[in-house]
Amino acid sequence: MTPQLQAALKNAARTATVLFVFATIGTALLAFTHDRTEPTIARGQLAAKRALLGQVLPAALYDNDLLTAEQSVPPDDLLGTRQPSSLWLARRQGQFSGAALEAVAPDGYGGDINLLIGIDAAGRITGVRVTAHHETPGLGDYIERAKSAWIDQFSGRSLTNPEPKDWRVAKDGGAFDARAGATITPRAVVKAVKSALDYFARHRAAFAAAPPSVKEKKA
Amino acid sequence: MMTMSEFRSLFHNGLIKQNTGLVQLLGLCPLLAISNNVVNALSLGLATTMVMAASSGAVSSVRNFVPNEIRIPVFVLIIAALVTVIDLSMNAFVHPLYLVLGIFIPLITTNCIVLARADAFAAKNHPLHSVVDAVAMGLGLTLVLIVLGAIRELAGKGTLLSGIDLVFGEAAKGWVLHVLPNYRGFLLAILPPGAFLALGMLIAANNWNKARVARRVRHAVPAAA
Repeated sequence: MTPQLQAALKNAARTATVLFVFATIGTALLAFTHDRTEPTIARGQLAAKRALLGQVLPAALYDNDLLTAEQSVPPDDLLGTRQPSSLWLARRQGQFSGAALEAVAPDGYGGDINLLIGIDAAGRITGVRVTAHHETPGLGDYIERAKSAWIDQFSGRSLTNPEPKDWRVAKDGGAFDARAGATITPRAVVKAVKSALDYFARHRAAFAAAPPSVKEKKA
Repeated sequence: MMTMSEFRSLFHNGLIKQNTGLVQLLGLCPLLAISNNVVNALSLGLATTMVMAASSGAVSSVRNFVPNEIRIPVFVLIIAALVTVIDLSMNAFVHPLYLVLGIFIPLITTNCIVLARADAFAAKNHPLHSVVDAVAMGLGLTLVLIVLGAIRELAGKGTLLSGIDLVFGEAAKGWVLHVLPNYRGFLLAILPPGAFLALGMLIAANNWNKARVARRVRHAVPAAA
């Protein structure tokens, strides 16, 4: 072995060792932090989900723990979903009292608008929230509850209030207002909420008959 | 230890002479994306400063153990590990702040200014100097972000500090300044093209000012020419 090769090998072994030591320390640091923070983060995410569900389903409506009553439903045109979505069944004293469901308005100005819709057993909307969207900032984003109260006009509505033909924005002769300059966004939301009500009406009997799953708990 | 003049020159370098946003033009991706209002801009600027100070300090402390050939992978490893640790810890322990800054923290990893300062400065200097340099660079970036955010928010929505309630709670809702009442809005300023236009104008103004100062210096000292 020539001295040069020997030196090169020694150098390679040294750099490899240093890199290995740094990688090990970095990994250990990450593993330790992950281990310490994971339970707190998971708790925070559950609390956030519960709070979001609480915004669309009034607390007086149910006494089960909604998070344990979550079920997955297959994609459905009425929900606008292309992937399985979640649905939470609300019960009071064991009786079906409403549901929160995920729906998608696929025809927003910027693509999909993700919605969470709460509906009581009588088919009345208890609340709607936009959970994700790509609408134009400052123009179409008033559908967010944080930006304006526009989304509140759905509360109390049902398939008969207003009549199905009036489930449109005011500009199209319907019952829901929309701000000038951004009609595509509210049009998509109104259509998606109406479809979700249709979905609920179609499956209501099955929801009411479904027994609580074994993992479901009281709140 | 550090003398006052060293300290001052590091800050002059970070804030003006080598300003990351206006002179080095590093880390433009987050700069352009987040500067659509003052509150976002300030939040990203401070988060970046924090990460830079931590990573420069760490890189500088281990600089004598890292062979030159593998310094870049080691620095990237340190920065990525630090950013992740900060991201996870903020998510767990200061959740309200995380909800505001959370989306910006992973963005910081993509900010080449952090690696640039680690390699160009922290790898060759004492940890104390490196941390001061990182803070100065970070504050220089924050300053540009705030100016850009203010221009875009004012032109786009006619307000300043909108969204501050997301950082300081409901009570801060009243702090929003409606500078131009009944303003109809100018969407272009808020969208990405507005970021390029506003940053271009800021760089032009900075270059014009530099040229003016240079001319004045030449006139003032004719003998030196």
